[in-house]
Amino acid sequence: MLADGIVIIGVNHKTAPVAIREKLAFPEDCGVPLMTLMDIDGCDECCFLSTCNRVEVVFSGRDHGEASRAVRRFLFSNTGLSDEEAQKYSYFYQGRDAVDHLFKVAASLDSMVVGEPQILGQLKKAYRDAAEHKTTGVILNRLFHKSFSAAKRIRTETNIGGSAVSISFAAVQLAKKIFGKLEDKSVLLVGAGEMAELAAEHLVSQGIGRVVVANRTLERAAKLAQRFNGTAVGLTELLDKLADVDILISSTGATDLILRKDEVKSIMRQRHNRPLFLIDIAVPRDLDPELNDLDNVYLYDIDDLKNVVDINKAEREKEASRAEGIIAEEVIKFGQWLESMEVVPTITALRQKANAIRDSELAKTMGNLKNITPQERKSIEMMANAIVNKLLHAPMSFIKGGNGANGGCEHRQVNLDLLRQLFDLDRDSSDE
Amino acid sequence: MTLLFHFTLFVYGLATAAYLVYFVSRNKMVRTASRSILLGAGGLHTIYLVARYVEVGHTPLTSNHEAVSFFAWSVTWAFLSFRWRYQVKNFGAFVSPLVAVLMLIAAFSSQEAISLPPALQSLWLPVHASVAIMANGFMALAFCGGLMYLLQEREIKKKKFGVFYDRLPSLEALDNLNQHCLAVGFPLLTLGIITGSVWAKQAWGSYWQWDPKETWSLITWLIYAAILHQRLTVGWRRRRAAIMAIVGFSAVLFTLWGVNYLLGGAHSYAG
Repeated sequence: MLADGIVIIGVNHKTAPVAIREKLAFPEDCGVPLMTLMDIDGCDECCFLSTCNRVEVVFSGRDHGEASRAVRRFLFSNTGLSDEEAQKYSYFYQGRDAVDHLFKVAASLDSMVVGEPQILGQLKKAYRDAAEHKTTGVILNRLFHKSFSAAKRIRTETNIGGSAVSISFAAVQLAKKIFGKLEDKSVLLVGAGEMAELAAEHLVSQGIGRVVVANRTLERAAKLAQRFNGTAVGLTELLDKLADVDILISSTGATDLILRKDEVKSIMRQRHNRPLFLIDIAVPRDLDPELNDLDNVYLYDIDDLKNVVDINKAEREKEASRAEGIIAEEVIKFGQWLESMEVVPTITALRQKANAIRDSELAKTMGNLKNITPQERKSIEMMANAIVNKLLHAPMSFIKGGNGANGGCEHRQVNLDLLRQLFDLDRDSSDE
Repeated sequence: MTLLFHFTLFVYGLATAAYLVYFVSRNKMVRTASRSILLGAGGLHTIYLVARYVEVGHTPLTSNHEAVSFFAWSVTWAFLSFRWRYQVKNFGAFVSPLVAVLMLIAAFSSQEAISLPPALQSLWLPVHASVAIMANGFMALAFCGGLMYLLQEREIKKKKFGVFYDRLPSLEALDNLNQHCLAVGFPLLTLGIITGSVWAKQAWGSYWQWDPKETWSLITWLIYAAILHQRLTVGWRRRRAAIMAIVGFSAVLFTLWGVNYLLGGAHSYAG
């Protein structure tokens, strides 16, 4: 019954074209949408996630039929679409399906680029905002925490985020395999193509030490260099510069080779054989393919990098199916916890725990008392029973009472959660 | 005694298996386990060496069994001391099999204790032999690092990413490892030769008498000296350094065994 209370309504890159998604985009501040959502009748807890590829509302409550329509109305308020059309562009998950969906989003299985790492951070931020505005309660707190830990488990147990699936990132990963740390290394950008810029950006974000830009027009070089806090040189200085950089990314529009094997061969001597990683993303190619034959020179052209990316993508697909297995496990665990968050299972668990303690303590005491009559034994057992019952009476009527008089179902959940924590009832069942 | 040795050998085998399982599975728990097992094996081995010392009455470095067993011990502890300072991914999968092979060789050589001729009963025995063999331990690590470098480099160069690409560390890390091993191993090697020569003066009356073991030690030393010299001046690093580490280590092995079996000489009764 509780499980059905969790609902996710949202829009992502699969269900809606960008023309719709951009109309749904919400400003940075989450406070307003969260407050609007909390005003909806039947929405007890909620969290709101908005990224460039998805907008989602996760909420928990009763009477979700009406509440769902209201949430959809709120999501699509800027589009002017009718509820029927809105339904077409959005998805609706409830109960176990909702849990499964959220876990997949957190683990980046639902992303446009499966395995990309940003989504987890965005989700964490969305949750933090909601928690700050106090729009989450017992159910969503646990749901989000479990989705984060499931995502973490998938990161460590599968290789889903391990391999680069974009050309520029594949280049960065190779650079790391060759040079280890990039902090004391430098990169020379030759030409100023978009892809070269992107690769340079990745290198900078991975901490590359120095950026040098060489271009036919010095002005353009200077502009680009400024962006990366680097220096600019003319194309004529290419060979001089090559002696002291570690990575070269070439993307000029030249129709001819700009760097030949013999030129680099003599430079390698000058470099004391420090390795050189050459990345040629120009078509037609800028760098002599035979450069790869030189010792300690590694040349990758655009096709080589594409190959790396294709292999990595296939690898990710394989890892994604392993990740789904992990998610299925975690969804079941969460479902068990949700079921236990009712009054009856909690009372049963509390009773069982108390009885187990009573029985083991009795056994210990009886073992020490050798010379007692059966009657004495009986009264000791009765005393232990009475203590347990009297101690349990108050907490039990406390959670039973929370049912009606003390407010709604949300209140009862808080009480249940408190009780379960006080008596440590969740240790074996759902915590790791 | 033999039982203790065999048990140590068994634990080394276990550590090797664990490291190889980690190499394939990449399960972190297996890695932790393999480290602990190797540490245990190293500890047992230490106990064995001490027990052997007590049993034979002098430093147990005179027979082939003893020398090779001590060699395995020094590779293990050189590796473990490295692990303590910095981490090289999957290094253990290369080092532990080498240790296991050395231990197997030790197991198959005669474990009889060799009584020392009076000329050799000197404090220089433990000093000279242990320093020389510890140098070999570090050279063995450089060898493993060189092998890993070549395997990793091949995949990057050929652009075919197989089993090693993800599992081995960056080329830079492997090259640093090589340099570090030589930086420790080479002074030890030098010291080994110097102490040997001092001892020779004491025992035989002359510092150097060109017996095959001495000659080959000198050749080995010259190879490593050349590697270091070239590295610092012309920049023999990376691939060439990796190849040279392998060449150097073959010279080490030849000095250790080849000389004994093929050339004889004053050292031939010893390891």
